[in-house]
Amino acid sequence: MSASEKELQEFRVEVAAWMKENNPADPGFLLPQTFMEVGDERQLEFLREWQHKVWAAGYLGMAWPKEYGGGGVDAAFQGVADQEMRRNGVPICFNVIGLGWAGPLINDIGTEQEKAKYLKGILTAEDVWCQGFSEPEHGSDLGSAQTRAVRDGDEYVLNGQKIWTTMGNFAKYMILLARTNPDAPRKYDGLSYFLSPMKVPGIETRPIRKITGEFGFTETFFTDARIPADCLMGEEGQGWKIAMQTLQYERGAEAGAAGGLAMVRVTVDDMIRQLEGVNRDGESVLKDPVVRDQLVQAVMEEKAMILGERRAHIGALTTDYPGSLPLSSKLRVSEMTRRMRQLAINLQGAEGALYVGDAEARQGGFWQRAYFNSFSATIGGGTSQVQANIVAEHILGLPK
Amino acid sequence: MSVVGNTALKFSEEQAMLLDVARQFCRDKSPIASVRAQLETETGFDAGLWAEMVSLGWAGIALPESVGGSGMGIATLVPVVEAMGRAMLGTPLISSALAAQLLLRAGSSEQAERLLPALAEGAPATIALLEDADWGSDSVALVLDEKGVLQGAKKYVPDAAVASLFVVSVLHRGELALAVVRADQLGEGALRSNTLIDQTKRSANVDFSGIAVAENNIITGPGAAAALRDVRLLGALLVAAEATGSAGACLDTIVEYLKTRKQFGKLIGSYQALKHPTVDILTETDSARSFLYHAATLVGDSALDTDAEIACRMAKAQACQTLLYAGDRAVQFHGGMGFTYDCDAQLYIRRAQWSQQQFGDAQHHRKRLAALLLD
Ligand SMILES: Cc1cc2nc3c(=O)[nH]c(=O)nc-3n(C[C@H](O)[C@H](O)[C@H](O)COP(=O)(O)OP(=O)(O)OC[C@H]3O[C@@H](n4cnc5c(N)ncnc54)[C@H](O)[C@@H]3O)c2cc1C
Repeated sequence: MSASEKELQEFRVEVAAWMKENNPADPGFLLPQTFMEVGDERQLEFLREWQHKVWAAGYLGMAWPKEYGGGGVDAAFQGVADQEMRRNGVPICFNVIGLGWAGPLINDIGTEQEKAKYLKGILTAEDVWCQGFSEPEHGSDLGSAQTRAVRDGDEYVLNGQKIWTTMGNFAKYMILLARTNPDAPRKYDGLSYFLSPMKVPGIETRPIRKITGEFGFTETFFTDARIPADCLMGEEGQGWKIAMQTLQYERGAEAGAAGGLAMVRVTVDDMIRQLEGVNRDGESVLKDPVVRDQLVQAVMEEKAMILGERRAHIGALTTDYPGSLPLSSKLRVSEMTRRMRQLAINLQGAEGALYVGDAEARQGGFWQRAYFNSFSATIGGGTSQVQANIVAEHILGLPK
Repeated sequence: MSVVGNTALKFSEEQAMLLDVARQFCRDKSPIASVRAQLETETGFDAGLWAEMVSLGWAGIALPESVGGSGMGIATLVPVVEAMGRAMLGTPLISSALAAQLLLRAGSSEQAERLLPALAEGAPATIALLEDADWGSDSVALVLDEKGVLQGAKKYVPDAAVASLFVVSVLHRGELALAVVRADQLGEGALRSNTLIDQTKRSANVDFSGIAVAENNIITGPGAAAALRDVRLLGALLVAAEATGSAGACLDTIVEYLKTRKQFGKLIGSYQALKHPTVDILTETDSARSFLYHAATLVGDSALDTDAEIACRMAKAQACQTLLYAGDRAVQFHGGMGFTYDCDAQLYIRRAQWSQQQFGDAQHHRKRLAALLLD
């Protein structure tokens, strides 16, 4: 049943009030702006508690089935809740790999047992999820992944290595892409997909220090690790297809996510506001003609994205290269974000060289850290270059 | 309040239908061969084709029913002009529409009723604004003296050779005013055609000296200046519509070549040095269309408000920048073929340069946007 405008409006008022009332106080340590920045236990426990609270209040997983911990209502309600979370500047719902990728996947193609076992824990934040796709030698070329899974009775035996595993050290479960048949004629057909436990002998994680100096992802080693055979999702050999479906959720091209604020939104308004008090040639940097032109272009970029989302819903205005707006969205938003944050630092004058930890850094070094972190989106989930290939091939029909 | 501001975007059934009809019409009636056939003709367009466009009602689409139009407003012209831009179909439609808007917005009802019906029936008209190369200057030196006689000239007047009517910005008793001049009032040799970079377009320098303007063809008062400002924004919008269409066609041309031309044993479209900039052209064209129909959502028959002004300026800045890039890359990506007159890339790179210079280039608009957004 779809929701009426009036119901949604009433709901909006309710959520907004709840968010204002329950928005936690500044904990006194850096909070992650995306799920890729959860570096220590303190941050983890803070975010776990927050997500649980949002779920318990009924504002997370609203469109997921009731029997698995969801709310069983129209997805429009979750859309409103997400908007209010963003507007009220509350912390993120950090279990994104579960909420946004693994969860919808299990909801869409999982068995009853899988749904019953996994979905609720994703929502309550009890079960943190991670993703084991990338390997040291195979990143963009994911189809060549070599981590082995060999069937042995009721178990699979895992050997190999994954890398860049976001929250690998905190996760209870992993969506894992591994090779079950190294002899398949097409490399893709030798891959299988697992919902694998992480806390088993033979699986070891080693945190990697990131560009920001913080932690957030790991190397993940598999040494004769044994997992139950029923961790296999679908059939052997379907791994590539399921991985591609996962990436559809990840890149936002496919609906079904549980919702929740996945990342703190930083806008061009924030960038302009932070320039207060910054001078150039003895007067406000906002008076500098070159800077003004750069800012107008930044505003236009952000506005174009918002207008594009609107236009994507107007059939008569999307007949040329259909699908171009949604499919190019990850590429465009991530690149725009990176450029905007780089500009933000550039405009700070000599202060731009200060970093997190310096008492005089503008907004505590927010923009410097945010700039570095912006690469998580231009590299993770398929690099911008690979995204451009995808758009060229799928939308423009250009050859591989 | 966010600096991003108004983000309304609506597209009516009427506009959707028009877009469909206009695209179909332009595809059928204005294939590239027909466009090329007009490049070196005197008027630059096929009079028969213009008559067909008029019979479809396009000349009067934005005019009120009381003067013979269909009363659908200026926004409905946007999909039509976009379709024409896509087909590189140059006709006096834009100039005529802007002249009509200027009369409609600034003139009295007597003037509207007397002058507009002919325009709705397809008599071409134009506006004469520039006296030098500076779109940013508001100063007017062309004087309409006490006796109602014009002294001075205008430059780069679009479609001047075919216009039946000129709406001219003038200085009258020290104030900005508008004078309506009929083509038959122009003296011998008053018109000197410009040789334009875009051969689908026509314009001329026009000397109006000595022409006597009847009292009822003079428009004075603050309304004249306000209407002039709005019509310059609408001009930016319509040129943006045309440029956006041209950018879409240019992209198609590039994609087509990248899918057929082979070098080193591979289709050149497989090379990322060509592939990725082509994706940039796609996404920039996407943005141009989004800005365009956002602006079309905000303009109406009444005076343009600040949101509409911002939208028109953004549409123009985006569309022209996009077409400049697309046209430029179209030439490069066709190799030696791209350097020829026969290659369609030349049509787009030329159109790009022309569009950029109409109603202010991208920098002109961004400079004004800065004041609107940041101060
Ligand atoms: C913050 C962060 C979090 C991540 N989290 C996870 C996670 O949780 N789980 C997980 O599995 N992975 C994760 N990743 C890994 C991410 O998916 C990979 O880094 C990414 O797919 C690129 O692979 P790579 O690092 O091997 O780079 P490479 O593939 O080696 O790329 C190196 C460079 O070559 C370019 N390149 C590669 N192939 C092509 C091509 N065909 N055409 C043009 N250019 C090309 C790339 O664009 C890049 O610039 C994360 C990455 C980051 C940065």
